Amino acid sequence: MVGIVIVSHSETLAKGVVELAKMMAKDAPVYAAGGTDDGRLGTSFEKISDAVLQADQGDGCVLLMDMGSAVMTAEMVVEALDDKEIRLIDAPLVEGAVLAALESQAGAAIDDVVAKMEEARTIRKIET
Amino acid sequence: MTNEQLRAALQAIIARIEETKDELTELDNAIGDGDHGINLARGFSAVDEKLPTLTGDLGATLKTVGMILVSTVGGASGPLYGTAFMKAGNALKGKTEATAEDLLAAANAAVEGIKMRGKSTEGEKTMLDALSPALAAAKAAAAEGKAPKEILAAAIAAAKAGAEHTKDIIATKGRASYLGERSLGHQDPGATSSLYILEAIASTI
Repeated sequence: MVGIVIVSHSETLAKGVVELAKMMAKDAPVYAAGGTDDGRLGTSFEKISDAVLQADQGDGCVLLMDMGSAVMTAEMVVEALDDKEIRLIDAPLVEGAVLAALESQAGAAIDDVVAKMEEARTIRKIET
Repeated sequence: MTNEQLRAALQAIIARIEETKDELTELDNAIGDGDHGINLARGFSAVDEKLPTLTGDLGATLKTVGMILVSTVGGASGPLYGTAFMKAGNALKGKTEATAEDLLAAANAAVEGIKMRGKSTEGEKTMLDALSPALAAAKAAAAEGKAPKEILAAAIAAAKAGAEHTKDIIATKGRASYLGERSLGHQDPGATSSLYILEAIASTI
């Protein structure tokens, strides 16, 4: 299964998104990387790389970030773990995570997981 | 510059960030998430702890400092300054002594690294508004054959003007961009910390 890592400035937010994603796909390898090593708001290179190593089962790993430095720190992890297939996905955090977990659990390949997550960008929450 | 001198410069940066952390956080409270000073102080105090062990060549020292900042800062300044130090370290790889020319090349690599990491450029109300003009001024002074002290003085004057100028820029990068026009009138905390870092380095040369 494709690994999924939720990167957020907030540990609580990252864990909450994992919780929501697991609600529909409890076996998907979804891991949280939120906050700094010492419990402040921010992002941690170590937390992100540890989460990637846990999530990756050899089928690749997708990362969802909340904003700003989360993206930059995630990029540095991708550069450091250059022997792994890791992709940073530009999609809404919650919808992206839920769709990724469902696809991953169903056994989809990383390209298909990514395509599904990117669809989350255009899904309307309120029909007009 | 020898590794001993580099460590003295790092020591000066650590002290300067510690002194100005409240002021930097205050600036960040106005237009950001209010953690710039605290984050940097946390990162540089981790550098301080490791400093006695950084006895390798200039490249290795700078690279380790970059890695420490990336691992401990937490905010955007972590990957940005971290990348800057790592790129500078790459430029001085294996060197136990650097000439003014080497240092200018390292500074150039550092600024390019920040641009790459932040996908940013001058004029977006970021640290680059201090660092890009500083680098340009340093290059110009070096081309005129000026001494290292004068090169740094030129860089600092340009960084100071650049940091001041961020008050007149509407942020388009970083957390402050969420404020749009309301970011006007406030000096950018990243440009300010960049100025302080340059001043700290200059104080040891």
